[in-house]
Amino acid sequence: MKARSIMLAFCGLLALPAARAAMPEIQHWTTANGTAVYFVATSVLPIVDLSLVFDAGAARDGDKPGLAALTSRLLTDGTKELDAGAIARRFERYGARVTTDNSRDTARITARSLSAPENLQPTLDHLVEVLGNPVFPAAALERRRAQALVSLRQAQQSPGRVAERAFAQALFGDHPYANLPQGSISGMQAITRDDVLAFHDRYYVAANAIIAIVGDLRRPQAESIATRLAQALKRGSAAPALPPVPDLKKAKLVRRPFDSSQTHILIGAPAISRSNPEFIPLYVANHVLGGSGLVSLLADEMRERRGLSYSTSSTLITAAQRGWFELASSVRNDKLDESLRVLRNTLQRYAASGPTRQRLEAAKRNITGSFPLRLDSNQDILSHMVMIGFYRLPLDHLQTFRQRVEAVAQPQAQQAFQGHVDPSQMVTVLVGPKAVIDDVSID
Amino acid sequence: MTRTAIVMLLIGLLLCSSVHASDDDSAPRAEQWPVSEYRLDNGMRVIVREDHRAPVVVSQVWYRVGSSYERLGHTGISHLLEHMMFKGTAKHPPGELLRIIARNGGRQNAFTGRDFTVYFQQLAADRLEIAFRLEADRMQNLILDAQELAKERQVVMEERRMRVTDQPRSRFGEHFNTIAYPASPYAWPGLGWQADLEAITLEDLRGWYARWYAPGNALLVVVGDVQPEQVLRLAKAAFGKVPARATAHPHRADYLQAPGERRLVMHSEDAKVPYVLLGYQVPSVATAQARDEIYALMVLASILDGGKGARLSQELVRDQRVAASAGAGYNAVARLNSLFVLDAVPNNNTDNAIDPLVKALREQAQRLQSEPVDTETLERAKNLLLADHLYELDSMFYQAMQIGMLETAGVDWRILQVYPAKIRAVSAANVQAVARKYLIPSRLTVGILLPQTPPNDDVQPGNQEERS
Repeated sequence: MKARSIMLAFCGLLALPAARAAMPEIQHWTTANGTAVYFVATSVLPIVDLSLVFDAGAARDGDKPGLAALTSRLLTDGTKELDAGAIARRFERYGARVTTDNSRDTARITARSLSAPENLQPTLDHLVEVLGNPVFPAAALERRRAQALVSLRQAQQSPGRVAERAFAQALFGDHPYANLPQGSISGMQAITRDDVLAFHDRYYVAANAIIAIVGDLRRPQAESIATRLAQALKRGSAAPALPPVPDLKKAKLVRRPFDSSQTHILIGAPAISRSNPEFIPLYVANHVLGGSGLVSLLADEMRERRGLSYSTSSTLITAAQRGWFELASSVRNDKLDESLRVLRNTLQRYAASGPTRQRLEAAKRNITGSFPLRLDSNQDILSHMVMIGFYRLPLDHLQTFRQRVEAVAQPQAQQAFQGHVDPSQMVTVLVGPKAVIDDVSID
Repeated sequence: MTRTAIVMLLIGLLLCSSVHASDDDSAPRAEQWPVSEYRLDNGMRVIVREDHRAPVVVSQVWYRVGSSYERLGHTGISHLLEHMMFKGTAKHPPGELLRIIARNGGRQNAFTGRDFTVYFQQLAADRLEIAFRLEADRMQNLILDAQELAKERQVVMEERRMRVTDQPRSRFGEHFNTIAYPASPYAWPGLGWQADLEAITLEDLRGWYARWYAPGNALLVVVGDVQPEQVLRLAKAAFGKVPARATAHPHRADYLQAPGERRLVMHSEDAKVPYVLLGYQVPSVATAQARDEIYALMVLASILDGGKGARLSQELVRDQRVAASAGAGYNAVARLNSLFVLDAVPNNNTDNAIDPLVKALREQAQRLQSEPVDTETLERAKNLLLADHLYELDSMFYQAMQIGMLETAGVDWRILQVYPAKIRAVSAANVQAVARKYLIPSRLTVGILLPQTPPNDDVQPGNQEERS
């Protein structure tokens, strides 16, 4: 009773006028050569943040894992006139921060500049020049390749990173999502400059991109920025849809020996795409299980009640194609058996009966109540805009999100979980000392 | 890869408001938002910074206690107590402290540093009172229970295994600090040594709590969509009732200036990639006799590693190709003397890649001593610091962090207000002077992490079982 009245009071607060708008209003248009643009005007900080996002992530690597990452990192490493250092120093002279990175789905260029014209204008001119004329110098490629190999070897030092790689392989098999965003050692070794040129030519095109801009700008300025960025690109065409992610159909246990003091555990399966209508109920259901920090069921069972782990959580990772459900923990080697029992029991019980009404209500209150915290900075707003633009979510996604969470009733949450998370068909990855993990059986 | 975990740990340069307020916009610019400061009758200080961009607030309670307040035998006690602070009071039994914020749509957590322990909540602005009541309760009424301690000690040990024991770079960092800080409590890890963690008793924790958790040793920092007078009213109602109590004074032990050049070579069985870390003992904002030197050291760090166009990336990574990545960092905000660090990963895995890399890093320090930096490089380094300073206003949490970190280092937060002018005033001669004074061998520790076995690029052997 009390809780509901708090909720209503809170929703009232969020209906305050635009000066303290909780929900940014997204303006949307498409440039002449086919790039979708998303813009939010803010006025308080003298800052502009923007992202240019291509459907050019590791899922497009083909048979050379690392191609998307290498192309993304080389993008600002040379034009006909300027080398990597000169390019970087020109941005830095105006205080601009320009970075490139990639995920499985995306390759992203992000720029942050002061909004004063004497900073923003030269930054933008330079960005357009760099994006429009990359030459991917051979020497830069060799340097980036060597750096990537060092970084990939370094990841082998970490049992958590080893687990992550084994998990992706077991989960996705031949599907492109088996490629980690950073690629693989053998893939990196095999990439040629022609591969990079072809990848860039195909995917770094206007029709395969979105632009998100947030900051101290008015609409005409934002339009001009978007037009100039898009015009720096060839029109091209959107990347084809990725193949569907197949079901696992059986349980798998993967062991990777590692001489560590903890065993790292990952349990999961392919789940749901970002655009699936059951996403919200499943998101709420996972929030109860392992998505709400120390108050979640898994953390309660593992940490609060038993002191078995520092960190236990479950996550719903979403993507253009089906994302995945992932339960992660790391435990002392001599507690592996007990921990696996607790994790499996918690998961099975939850899959069978879903959240209690009390826990569901608490989760909904937490999600809706904390939603403004996710949008309290320009950078937060920018990442939500990228998500909405890239995954083609409705423009009023932010406005309706809390309402849709509110509407999730217990049967829907339970049904979504049962429909998309089957504990009997999951991958379990164990990374720890051989003698410890060899003792574990698949049941 | 560019900035390593260790450099990341040295939470970077300070910053904050000022800068050109121009424009015809009716909304007040961020740099004009006021900061208000109060002191309650029991000695607790309250600092409020308004930020009205979103209807949210961050509340942080800072205690002046952290790992540098500890002694050998009890290292890690501040962090262990931080964990126990979630175990409840008579009013808020274990778990309830967590749930009360969660069901109010908030986030909360805590963290322990060398000079501070911080408890924070992020909430809708109209829920601030809930955070205050909870913090005021556990400031005075914490129940320290043997069974809860038994569990939480295990949790902290798992944290240590995850963050340090199974991470060669972190273990190396712990070893490095014991040598780079030869006569300073910064020598030991914030998580504590394993043997000490095992030895700390319930009585020790009770003593530590009684010694440091009192309103006079606490600072409340609030940033968000709030009115300062109302925050004060709520703070008085919640924290004002906590009785004043004397707390201890921290020792300021840091006995050796320019201790002499030291070298650590650590061979690690689980490291796959070598790593080089150089640390020069330098003053912090709290220990500097001439505070302007701090700003010169910040500009110096930006000259070396302000971005990919700066000297370390240009010269060590792209021109000389001795490094796959290289960085520099200076943590100015500390209660005791700090380190100016240079670090790098060699470009290849052979043992003979190490010496040229160490040499190249030391040459960078020597060059800053022998030749004044050119105007273009100096201006670029300063522009980046000034722009970053404005960018950081985007995070309310970080605004609160800046105030809390300075105050717990023993420095008035108002120095944030002079930061831009101080950075602008740094000259090439100032940079050269601090390089000559501080980047010298007698202040230097050279650390080298070496893999014991050459890397194997093949996927590690494993096995897989399936069940239909």
